[in-house]
Amino acid sequence: MRFLSLEPIRILLYLVGICAFVGANAAYLVLAERKIAGRIQRRPGPNEAGYGGWLQPVADGIKLLVKQVMVPPGTDGLLYRLAPLMVMAPPLICLAVVPFGEDLVARNINVGLLLVFSLGSVNVMALMLGGWASRNKYSVISAARVVSQNVAYEIPMLLVVITMLLATGTLNLNEIIRQQAGWFWHWNILRGIWTLTNPLIPVTFVIFFICMLAETNRAPFDMAEAESELVAGAFTEYGGMGFGVFFMAEYANIVVGCSLATVLFFGGWQSPIGILSGPIWGPLWFLGKMYALIFVVIWIRWTFPRTQFYGLLNLSWKILIPLSLFTLLLSGALITLTKLL
Amino acid sequence: MSMTAAFQEVYSGFKSLLIGMRITLGQFIKPVITVQYPRQTLKMPARFRGHIELVLDPETGLSRCTACKLCERACPSDCIFVEGAKREGQKVKSVTDYKLNFTTCSLCGSCVEACPFDAIQFSKVYNVVGFSRDQFSKMDLVEQLEQKRKEWKGPRLPPPPAPAVTPAPAAPANVAQSSNPKTP
Repeated sequence: MRFLSLEPIRILLYLVGICAFVGANAAYLVLAERKIAGRIQRRPGPNEAGYGGWLQPVADGIKLLVKQVMVPPGTDGLLYRLAPLMVMAPPLICLAVVPFGEDLVARNINVGLLLVFSLGSVNVMALMLGGWASRNKYSVISAARVVSQNVAYEIPMLLVVITMLLATGTLNLNEIIRQQAGWFWHWNILRGIWTLTNPLIPVTFVIFFICMLAETNRAPFDMAEAESELVAGAFTEYGGMGFGVFFMAEYANIVVGCSLATVLFFGGWQSPIGILSGPIWGPLWFLGKMYALIFVVIWIRWTFPRTQFYGLLNLSWKILIPLSLFTLLLSGALITLTKLL
Repeated sequence: MSMTAAFQEVYSGFKSLLIGMRITLGQFIKPVITVQYPRQTLKMPARFRGHIELVLDPETGLSRCTACKLCERACPSDCIFVEGAKREGQKVKSVTDYKLNFTTCSLCGSCVEACPFDAIQFSKVYNVVGFSRDQFSKMDLVEQLEQKRKEWKGPRLPPPPAPAVTPAPAAPANVAQSSNPKTP
């Protein structure tokens, strides 16, 4: 077993593990999404392939793989082929710094949070390039929407993260989790209230969550793929697995976003009841919290209709940015005050 | 807009979102209502209108139809053809042939209303398919009633007498023979 701790072997194992995790997650989150959507509409969802439909992702995958990946004439061939890769790569890299357990992290670097947010924006560029390279009116409109939407929501997202950083004082994700040890009221989402570092921390979390939905282009903010207005938005010209990779990237981004919310607000791999922690229970708690948040993401998608575009921008510029600035100032002032006293 | 009004708007908007989410969660935990059609079927409601069928009288196990042809006359699309004959030992005619041309029937229900004996009713059959046009243009309701009688568990009294071959009035001499009838 000693050779497992050798650095090259360790990196290889994490690489394979993360790729497998993202792939399996994307496949089965699609199934979960369709099942939950079905249940919300009082129907069973896919239930023909395998018992209860559990082979549906396999069938979908085979269908997508068998289809020919066509490059339509007149497109920018290189960018058209590159866009799915560029949209898939950032979440994979981000997962390298996400601590699934106390020791279960591929790269425990000190600027993990910074890495995640710097790579989060590459996704936007990839969608824009994909839309632009497709040489399709709908795709270009969608690309423009993606950019303005993500610019608008990057600001409150980062303001929220700065607010959290004031309290945590570190960019290392594992360190942020270690600070939240103990019972569930030690988690950041509740600790801010009773330590008086940020009494409005539930509001901060809601802003973070809304921004995460917007950044991952999920309904009700799925302006990039507004199928009722723009056919399939930036993905209109993509077929087969090219389209499938965009889909996988969407779910990988959701996983990254929910992992980050778990780390920042819900204590990551910390147990909510003080006991039952360790190398086995830690990752289980982490995954449990993460999937609960993913359930909320899916639940929101099947509850609210798509917003209009100016409504989307109004929400960000008129409500979320002022609110997050206010919580940032409040938190800063309270932390300074408690240090002075 | 004043500051408090703005905050109130944000608050009420957020609250309405939560109410919406509570409703969908409520639907999420309720049982699924889908009927898996080929494997499960629904019972048709009482007022469902399938093609008409002859009523099986629960007291006798026979049709109540006397071949009075009121339904034939009431039909606006001329799609009913009834023939009857006096069975031996009976005072009124009983139906021997009831053909429905379902291809022209508009399911108006005039025949059901016109029937003085409540002998026809709307069936609850909705998945009608066939291999030939004749299955619908010459729908044999007497034959369908016979099929139904085979599964009939109720009383079969009196047993159906053999129908007379001709619609001529029954001779009194035949009465003795009808004491030992056969099912047709």
